[in-house]
Amino acid sequence: MRKIETDIAIIGAGSAGLCAAIQAAAAGAGVVVFDENQLPGGQLFKQIHKFFGSREHQAGVRGFEIGQQLLEDVKKSGAKVMLDSVVYGLFAENSLGVIAEDKYHYEVKAKKIILAAGAKENYMAFPGSTLPGVMGAGAAQTMINVNRVLPGKRIVMLGSGNVGLIVSYQLLQAGAQVAAVVEAAPTIGGYGVHAGKIRRAGVPILTSHTIKEVYGKEEVEGVVLAQLDEKWQMIPGTEQDIQADTLCLAVGLNPMTELAWMAGCQFTHIPALGGHVPLHDHNMETTKPGIYVAGDITGVEEASSAMEEGKLAGIAAAAALGCLSQEEAAAKKQEVLRRLDMLRTGLFGEKRKAAKEQQMADMAGWQALTAEKGGVK
Amino acid sequence: MSLSGERRIQEHPILPEVARKQVTIYYDGQAISAYEGEPIAAALMSAGLRSFRRTVKKGEPRGIFCAIGRCTDCMMIVNGKPNIRTCVTPVEDGMRVSRQLGYGKAEEAK
Repeated sequence: MRKIETDIAIIGAGSAGLCAAIQAAAAGAGVVVFDENQLPGGQLFKQIHKFFGSREHQAGVRGFEIGQQLLEDVKKSGAKVMLDSVVYGLFAENSLGVIAEDKYHYEVKAKKIILAAGAKENYMAFPGSTLPGVMGAGAAQTMINVNRVLPGKRIVMLGSGNVGLIVSYQLLQAGAQVAAVVEAAPTIGGYGVHAGKIRRAGVPILTSHTIKEVYGKEEVEGVVLAQLDEKWQMIPGTEQDIQADTLCLAVGLNPMTELAWMAGCQFTHIPALGGHVPLHDHNMETTKPGIYVAGDITGVEEASSAMEEGKLAGIAAAAALGCLSQEEAAAKKQEVLRRLDMLRTGLFGEKRKAAKEQQMADMAGWQALTAEKGGVK
Repeated sequence: MSLSGERRIQEHPILPEVARKQVTIYYDGQAISAYEGEPIAAALMSAGLRSFRRTVKKGEPRGIFCAIGRCTDCMMIVNGKPNIRTCVTPVEDGMRVSRQLGYGKAEEAK
């Protein structure tokens, strides 16, 4: 067993984790980032579309270009990044169990821990849903944009949120056909600008429709759709059979919270954020002192907000270690919070903002209850 | 079925070209052209192969679902070792890959 001692251990080298590392290392803290993947950058390198927001949110810059910049910044910051390193457990006294390169076992002791594990795609069951050719929309996006391989030739997309719309357009860019985007709700879920792009390319977006079944012997050969009534029930006789070799599921994501559960963090359930999220305060600190969270683990949003939350956690953890004065930390945090607030505006942002406020209210409730009982045990 | 890499994206309106080292892997003995370091699953998919294993009880086919190492639906036998997540395991020259039946059985390394 090898041992590592560090000021701050960060789990996840994606948007949130890398931004946390850059801030904390710049403040002078010793930082080690662990990621189970072979390459850093999380999901940024498959995002080839231009980001939204204002210039200070890097609007107009493509996701993979932001990823490249982050990698350069983290290199300069002095933070250490350990790849191919699975954090399999979070134990008492901020101790982590890590298996690196499938053979080296590490015990990591850290004064502060930042969990930035991200999220994973939701699954949906229907007849034929386990056939090869049914895959997550994110999986298809990885195949085309990172690996440069088409997962199929003719694709049906289930879900018209931003992931479904953006990946549909990127599948077209990669040279695949998109037969249809299917949406159970009566209206399109994502931004109009993304929906417009695929409509102009001739792809139908079928609202109030769902997948009845997927058929095929060894792989997907076709998809049967059906229309839904106002009670979300399939209307008999409305079935249509679409020839396709691939069905992508863009039906949401859920936070990867395993380590936070293991650490004994308190949770709240907020459907708009993707399910159970660890309670945390304005410093991104959970109910377990010294354990922070950032990015999709705190509720599924987008890379822009994950980066800001990562900065917040990095600043807060470094300040708690005395690397930043209270005034310096407060000024930096205020800047980040202002940018986060800007990201959570508009029709779509307001919903996420309300969900985040709900989380803060639940955290305040827990804090009040704990104070009554005489503090954190 | 062609094993010629017909599903490789040759031209892309946004992504720049990348220089990658071409190697060969073997799927049930058949040679497949692959790039060093890409996930095994991507190399197989480029040749049109998508059915990676069969389930324990019913022998149903399974393939890629999440492509980020979470769901384990893409496990195959690689160089004699079963239960390898092909979506996150990088290609090395000369790798032997075969479809996994049920829990898979370790083979003697050849």
